[in-house]
Amino acid sequence: MKAKYLLPLAVFLVLVGFLAAGLKLNPREVPSPLIGRAAPAFTAPYLIDPAVIDLAVKPNAEARKDLAPMEFTPQELMGKVWVMNVWASWCAPCREEHPLLLALQRQQVAPMVGLNYKDQAAQALSLLQRYGNPYSVSITDTDGRIGMDYGVYGVPETYVVDKQGVIRLKHIGALTADDVQRKLLPLIAELNKS
Amino acid sequence: MNCALSPVALCLGWSPCKGEWGIRSSMRSVMPSVVQRLVLMALCLAVVTVFLQPNPSWAKEAEPLAQDPVMEARLNSLAEQLRCLVCQNESLAGSRSDLALDLRREIRALMRQGQTDEQILAFMVSRYGDFVLYKPPVKSTTWLLWTGPFVLMLIGVGVLLLVLKRRRLLPEPPPTPEQQARLQVLLKNSTPPTSTPPPST
Repeated sequence: MKAKYLLPLAVFLVLVGFLAAGLKLNPREVPSPLIGRAAPAFTAPYLIDPAVIDLAVKPNAEARKDLAPMEFTPQELMGKVWVMNVWASWCAPCREEHPLLLALQRQQVAPMVGLNYKDQAAQALSLLQRYGNPYSVSITDTDGRIGMDYGVYGVPETYVVDKQGVIRLKHIGALTADDVQRKLLPLIAELNKS
Repeated sequence: MNCALSPVALCLGWSPCKGEWGIRSSMRSVMPSVVQRLVLMALCLAVVTVFLQPNPSWAKEAEPLAQDPVMEARLNSLAEQLRCLVCQNESLAGSRSDLALDLRREIRALMRQGQTDEQILAFMVSRYGDFVLYKPPVKSTTWLLWTGPFVLMLIGVGVLLLVLKRRRLLPEPPPTPEQQARLQVLLKNSTPPTSTPPPST
């Protein structure tokens, strides 16, 4: 008989559980359909002349043969695990994750492609000059067309692409130290092994 | 945390990352003098007329409705079915965020290429997932979403029927001594049928 009166309480607690879990979820983290699919191809103009930066990435001559000298295509990174970070000078959260990106670059974890999204080159460049350049490849997406193909909707976003050119991770919003340690680094290490 | 922090503000055209009203930046406090504006307009006109070929990629804001009402109507009906990812509770048709502007322009371009509505929806889903659809497709990951309410209703109706049935089967509890006493009084007085008002229990 007692159990009968505890039932509403139990139902209530279950409901509280669901609501508590719901509060912790991030509604912006929409699962991307691009995970497990080939990274969309594109050609993008460089923001910084690759000759100026000491490139950890040696451009793949075969992939470059139809390209203008100041253009980049992800094909060049085929066979490498690489990271693409979508950023803009107008984006405040991008500055939060900036030190983490710089650290990643110092550790030479993977080639870092910085896609400067819907931004002005002068402002982007001055920001990189002031705070440091974490990118081994800096390219621009002035009209947001490349971003559209990658399903970008909340800058900053970070992608990890494997050796076969398949997107393995999409992180929406600024990276935290925890994200880097728990998600990014283990995944890159694992992908580099295979 | 990302640049889409405040959906409401974003949807009204405010861009938190730029820290300004993106669409209205030209209207901020200090306006250029009328002469300056006229000169600017004349210059713009000159530039436009120099490049006789209109280039759609220049268009930033929605093109005027009158230009192609049929296409705009089609765009609107399509954009109503799509969610704006920046302002997640707004449709692509209603949102004023930068991304929604871009996507509407892209949809227009796809329409001009002669793509069907299905192809355009597929274009959106392949980039942003089923989440962009206000009416998600029925598949293994969404069956709970589609059937959940009906399952819950069935459970509710089942429980209700069970309770009602059990209640009907329950034997009447014997009257308490007070009820017994009242009953006696009532029975005694009941010879003239309308003499006593019905007791409220």
